[in-house]
Amino acid sequence: MKAHLTRRYMFSASHRLHSDEMSEEENRATYGKCDNPYGHGHNYMVEITVSGPVDSQTGMVCDLIDLDGFAHTQVLERFDHQNLNLCPEFVNQVPTTENLCIAIYEIVKRGFKKAHLERIRVEETMMNSFEYSGESGR
Amino acid sequence: MVYLTRKAEFSASHFYHNPEFTPEENQRVFGKCNNPNGHGHNYTLEVTVKGAVDPKSGFVVDLKRLKDVMSREVLDAFDHRFLNKEVPEFLTTIPTTENLAIVIWQRLAPKLKAAQLHRVRVYETPELFVDVYGEDAHGEA
Repeated sequence: MKAHLTRRYMFSASHRLHSDEMSEEENRATYGKCDNPYGHGHNYMVEITVSGPVDSQTGMVCDLIDLDGFAHTQVLERFDHQNLNLCPEFVNQVPTTENLCIAIYEIVKRGFKKAHLERIRVEETMMNSFEYSGESGR
Repeated sequence: MVYLTRKAEFSASHFYHNPEFTPEENQRVFGKCNNPNGHGHNYTLEVTVKGAVDPKSGFVVDLKRLKDVMSREVLDAFDHRFLNKEVPEFLTTIPTTENLAIVIWQRLAPKLKAAQLHRVRVYETPELFVDVYGEDAHGEA
């Protein structure tokens, strides 16, 4: 039987939501206090969901050591205690949690080959979260 | 279609070991989970059923009956047990969270008549959970 395995990780980062394509008034109207030029920060929770058949010898969808290792070196070390606006992924796009979710999906999809990536879910606060399952996702 | 989820908790011990592996392979694949004396978790189980809302009762399923089935089929068998030694399925299958979710699906699905089982989610810790939807490895339901 196929199983979906989800692992949660946390990192802390700062960002400012601001688009150079908008006027100051438009930025303020669109992003409100998130447009504060000094930025602000969040503790982000990231859920990585992978899926696949359960290996009959190990009882696992994938080795958690592999998933944890990838998540730490490729996602957490990249974003933890960083200003997201200065990260290469956000040079040309606003670091909303929607775009962060898609960026993490692309990183995991491109680099993690031990199991099928099903979904990335990012909680910006306890009150809001975002999910991305790829362009063909449900 | 309405989806209804009921949660339950159980505490159990387990260890990971494949008798077909050498001791070195078991240690490499399973790490500290290979300790034969076992270790334990507080598991959280979420059972989601789906169905139409009955126009007379307003229910998808009788929650009392769902609770009874979960208690009888899962909690009575798993709670405060050493899974490897006391649950028949895990005498021959490694009690990973993946296999726990599958075994719980297999125990519950035939017993739920009024509503259809949609998902079994098992949390081993708040940071790790497994979902099964009854699909085989090729994605067929």
